[in-house]
Amino acid sequence: MNWLQELFTGAPGTPPSAVWGTWVAGLLTLAIYSFLYKDNPVYRFAESLFVGVGAAYWLAILYHNTLVPKLFVPLFFPPEGQPVLWYRVFPGVLAAFMLLRFFPKLSWLSRWSLGFVVGMYAAVNTTGFAQGDLVAQIHATVTTPLTSGGGLVIALNAAAIVGVIATLIYFFFSKEHRGPVGAAARLGIWFLMVAFGASFGYTVMGRVSLLIGRMTFLLRDWLHLMQ
Amino acid sequence: MAGFDLRQIDRRVIFTLIFVVVAWPLLRPMRLPMDVTPPVQRLYEAVEAVPPGSIVMLAGDYSPDTMPELQPMVISFVRHAFRRDLKIVTTSLWANSPPLIEDALAPLAAEFGKTYGVDFVNLGYMAGGTVTLLGMGASIPNTFPQDYYGTPVAGLPLMREVTNFDDIALVMNVSSGTPGTREWVQQVQGRYRVRLASGTTAVAAPPFYPYVQSGQLVGLLGGLKGAAEYEMLVDAPGDAVRGMDAQSIVHALIVFFILLGNVAYFAERRAQRARGGAAQREVTA
Repeated sequence: MNWLQELFTGAPGTPPSAVWGTWVAGLLTLAIYSFLYKDNPVYRFAESLFVGVGAAYWLAILYHNTLVPKLFVPLFFPPEGQPVLWYRVFPGVLAAFMLLRFFPKLSWLSRWSLGFVVGMYAAVNTTGFAQGDLVAQIHATVTTPLTSGGGLVIALNAAAIVGVIATLIYFFFSKEHRGPVGAAARLGIWFLMVAFGASFGYTVMGRVSLLIGRMTFLLRDWLHLMQ
Repeated sequence: MAGFDLRQIDRRVIFTLIFVVVAWPLLRPMRLPMDVTPPVQRLYEAVEAVPPGSIVMLAGDYSPDTMPELQPMVISFVRHAFRRDLKIVTTSLWANSPPLIEDALAPLAAEFGKTYGVDFVNLGYMAGGTVTLLGMGASIPNTFPQDYYGTPVAGLPLMREVTNFDDIALVMNVSSGTPGTREWVQQVQGRYRVRLASGTTAVAAPPFYPYVQSGQLVGLLGGLKGAAEYEMLVDAPGDAVRGMDAQSIVHALIVFFILLGNVAYFAERRAQRARGGAAQREVTA
């Protein structure tokens, strides 16, 4: 009886809205999983609802967290004693240009915004990639110790170096993959396969983790079967 | 086995089995043995090495869909930091991350008797991605002029001790996508030589292990397994440890089905060869 009561009233102190929210979430979760049996209207309803709510949620989040504090308040309602940040007109105008894609005669203006974004991110990320990935990873590879750490560590380090070189040769297309170059390229494929296998294993683990998370919600938060 | 084709197993049978082997360990935890891997151990030791009273940053770049894997990491890190009397400043490059961080901070702050503004601050979300990271390199208070609640950071005692990354002893980035760990490594660790650790979803983890090997990350938690290992190290087993029982058993089931599929495939190929051979003999005769 206690369990049944808790199912409909929640733990002591839980507001009714939270209990009903949990019920809605639980039933919608089952609706989504019903696709595993076969495609059905309940699943399609839950999927459409999820997409719609997700889009609306993002719109609200972006409006309240970005447009209001970063654009509207500094431009039109600056806090007392703070100057109006006129320069924020420019990102505002560029953002408005993006919406002009809906109007064929003016859609070309959205390219200005896209050009700015692409150019700026290319500049920032090129420097970051060169510092954070290219130089640092080459440095780490060429300084990998091959004389210390015990037999297994040395073997693994040597494998890492050989793997990097062989994989780079596989992606080197200025010379035909024949003879020693072809052999190294084929070795590179093996290293790539191992890497893809590891990634796939992690992907399976990630998907199962999400299932575990949903099951935990169903069994603990909704059905109160789990401690 | 005559008359039973392994390839004809209804996928719904497999789904049902998966459902059962996930639900059963959750209802009846088994606490299967689990080793701590070096990247997780390194993260633990990196936090242990930070002197008490120092400021660490928790950069949460994730959303509710990845909570099963990432929220246990955040909880364990906050617990670890509070237990060691470290001060926490949190930031987010993802708009829906701050309330999730708040969910982890609030109960643990109450448990450890920590005061908002003095021992921890939630700076909330800032738009801009990588540009925000560069701004923080120059000035964190200028980049985040207000905290998550709209309070000016100038009025928070903890934020008076923070100018830029020079004042942060360790950054823990919990991320599930872009911008996330890769951007923190490229824009912050590379430029400002910050001690950076990461916790990511299992899907995202493999490309980040080279960063641990190169020393760019001082530690890495990969997926639910990494979260469970960290929970064990901070001696507070929670949802991740509980989930790893289910994770291990469902993996065993998946391996079993893969082996079964291979047996079916090779048996079918052998049967085809036998049929082909018989047909060839008939033609020759």
